Amino acid sequence: MSNPDMAEPITPPAGHVAEEAADDSVAPVATVGETDPAPAADSHPVKIRSRNVDVFYGDKQALFDLGIDIRARMVTALIGPSGCGKSTYIRCLNRMNDTIEIARVSGLIELDGQDIYSPDIDVVELRARVGIVFQKPNPFPKSIFENVAYGPRIHGLAAGKTDLEEIVVTSLTRAGLFEEVKDRLEDPGTGLSGGQQQRLCIARAIAVSPEVILMDEPCSALDPIATARVEELIDDLRKNYTIVIVTHSMQQAARVSQRTAMFHLGYLVEEGQTDAIFTNPTDKRTRDYITGRYG
Amino acid sequence: MTNIAQSGIARTGPDGLSIHTSGDARKRLARRYAAERRFRRLGLGAVLLAMGFLLLLLSTVVGKAIPAFTYTYAVLPLDLAGDKINHDDPLRSNFDAIVKAAIAEALPFAAGRKQRRAARGLISSGAAVILRDMVADDRALIGAPRAIGLPVSDTLDLYFKQLTAPRRSREPQGSATPSATSDKIHIAVEDGVIGSDEQFGRDAPSHLVFINGGVVKITGADGEGLQGDVLVPLQSTVPAAQGDWRLVTINQAESARKISDREIAYAEILNGMGLIERRFNAIFFTRGASREPEMAGVWGAVVGSFFTMLVTLALSFPLGVASAVYLEEVAPKNRWTQLIEVNINNLAAVPSIVFGLLGLAVFLNFFGLPRSAPVAGGMVLALMTLPTIIIASRAALGAVPPSIREGALGIGASRMQTVFHHVLPLAMPGILTGTILGVARALGETAPLLMIGMVAFIVDIPGGALQPATVLPVQIYMWADFPEPGFQQKTAAAILVLLGFLVVMNAFAVVMRRRFERRW
Ligand SMILES: Nc1ncnc2c1ncn2[C@@H]1O[C@H](COP(=O)(O)OP(=O)(O)O)[C@@H](O)[C@H]1O
Ligand SMILES: [Mg+2]
Repeated sequence: MSNPDMAEPITPPAGHVAEEAADDSVAPVATVGETDPAPAADSHPVKIRSRNVDVFYGDKQALFDLGIDIRARMVTALIGPSGCGKSTYIRCLNRMNDTIEIARVSGLIELDGQDIYSPDIDVVELRARVGIVFQKPNPFPKSIFENVAYGPRIHGLAAGKTDLEEIVVTSLTRAGLFEEVKDRLEDPGTGLSGGQQQRLCIARAIAVSPEVILMDEPCSALDPIATARVEELIDDLRKNYTIVIVTHSMQQAARVSQRTAMFHLGYLVEEGQTDAIFTNPTDKRTRDYITGRYG
Repeated sequence: MTNIAQSGIARTGPDGLSIHTSGDARKRLARRYAAERRFRRLGLGAVLLAMGFLLLLLSTVVGKAIPAFTYTYAVLPLDLAGDKINHDDPLRSNFDAIVKAAIAEALPFAAGRKQRRAARGLISSGAAVILRDMVADDRALIGAPRAIGLPVSDTLDLYFKQLTAPRRSREPQGSATPSATSDKIHIAVEDGVIGSDEQFGRDAPSHLVFINGGVVKITGADGEGLQGDVLVPLQSTVPAAQGDWRLVTINQAESARKISDREIAYAEILNGMGLIERRFNAIFFTRGASREPEMAGVWGAVVGSFFTMLVTLALSFPLGVASAVYLEEVAPKNRWTQLIEVNINNLAAVPSIVFGLLGLAVFLNFFGLPRSAPVAGGMVLALMTLPTIIIASRAALGAVPPSIREGALGIGASRMQTVFHHVLPLAMPGILTGTILGVARALGETAPLLMIGMVAFIVDIPGGALQPATVLPVQIYMWADFPEPGFQQKTAAAILVLLGFLVVMNAFAVVMRRRFERRW
């Protein structure tokens, strides 16, 4: 795993090498710099830097020596067959894995150059900066207004009642939901349709003004029309937020993302510009996966 | 074909039909339905049986308790103005003498010592106390003669409720002619009113003749009529036509019952004067314990139970919920927490008397809490209730979908914010159900409270959790043990009050549940 971005040499674990070797004769990991022209570093600086990330669930290792850069104000899609560690990785980025008792994360993950696993990082603050939207819409069993207002309220983002209302309206508008629910903000959020609920969750996430939004298969429970709306929304949000999205749909990855990372069995296979990955994947596993031959 | 059949994907059975429509398949299906029907019938039978027993239980208790909700009062004109009243301090008047004088006035013929005793025995010995309490409540009662209802003795109450000395009254054929109005008399009646082979005396059935405003106790019968002792003097010796006199037969021998023939005669005379009334039994619902059944009330125990439950709830609910939150949401899942969990589950199964012993040893002897007080009782019951609440609360917390926790944590809520803003409100209905189960069990608990002295005989209504008190189940236990028949009705009535207490508590819990459930 040679990565030109990294100054320090990496020695992959023995198992890793063996497994890679046992695989097809293709080069183990394609590298960023070789396949794409480097993105304009000034307009899209590295937002999240991961190096040597290993994740264990008890004795079982789920991620192996992961190294990847997430660039600011871009959509990065994570693809790969089920169980390859996409969710595990995304949950490392706002330390949601802390809530799983058996999960253990090692390696370096930096947000704007700051190690998010260092002891002086406040995880509450981190999660306010790095929001997350889950696969299954999970609005709180409270009113639509309360769902969105909850985050700003606990973080003390609103100066008063009118301020809070403004945040709620703005967030709902940005999530493309306001027009549909403006007359029933006091109705339960759980009474909305699946697509509306997911957009409510997105509104809830952006209401706390995060810098990064993580989305773990946000459309897998939605119908095509709702999916299209969420995709539109993601495309819109990209201008202000850094977005990492896990998806099982190649079309979706191609439509919404600028960069794509392919995972396989806990390893990062390759990462690069979405166009490049889809038109000219360097790794056979990526090629097989996007042409639908496995996964 | 065979090949396919062997590989387990046959589409047809041996008779050529589809495997789902063949005769064998139909039989299998029929067997399945038969099993289902059998199970349904068994279940229905079990439910019906349980309901039958419940109905039986309730109807027995209610049937026994209903009479205790009313009581018999004698409305006597009382001289509340005369020299027996202490006008400087009315509460120190001689109320007993006032009651006695009123009885003497109502039954003027009861002049001898024996007669006076029988007459006095009709009215409760607590009547003077009741009268004093009435005056204490309302001084305006003093100053004029007044007719006031006084509780009769418990045996007389049972008599009027037909619960003792069952009797038969009839109007015999022909007229009756008494020979005199007092002492031993002879009543000329037609033959056969009472058979001549009939036994008389204290160990035989009693016969009372009510004639010309008097009562005669029959002591013998012969061809010419009846001989008897006059219990209440007759007004005249004129012959009474058929229908104007009657014969009351009490099959229970006088020696076998607590109410004498004389008392019955006096009571019937009072009743005939319209002085006997059945009223709502206010004494039962407002007074504390007493050795006299007619003076014993359940209110002291109700208040005691209330304070005890208050202490129990105030301790076990917050402690139980906090423990459950800690174990379920905060504590790491390791060997220690597992050990704690096992122990909590075991505690829920510990016999309640063990908690009573613990309370005695720790709360009373070590911490020196007051004996017989609701604080100590409430603390013991709180210990007993805690495991139930913890287990139910943990189950309720565990049933809250993890997605709610992730949603809250994902936007930066702290662990405690997640618990208190989202998880706990959703778990509240389940927690309340567990709490009500635990507290309802505590409400009916007797054994541990006996250990810490809540079985004491306490007359005063407790005014707080630190004062000596008893609780409903203990009161029931004590009354059930008293020999007086008056206490047996009270026992049943107190059981109904306990059930009512429970219903009120459950209703409260249901209302609380609704409030939490309405928030989705
Ligand atoms: N909470 C967990 N406990 C134990 N193993 C887990 C847990 N979550 C995920 N895993 C394991 O980690 C691996 C990666 O899972 P995941 O990240 O969910 O994959 P993906 O999202 O790519 O489908 C899988 O083998 C899965 O079984
Ligand atoms: Mg996943």
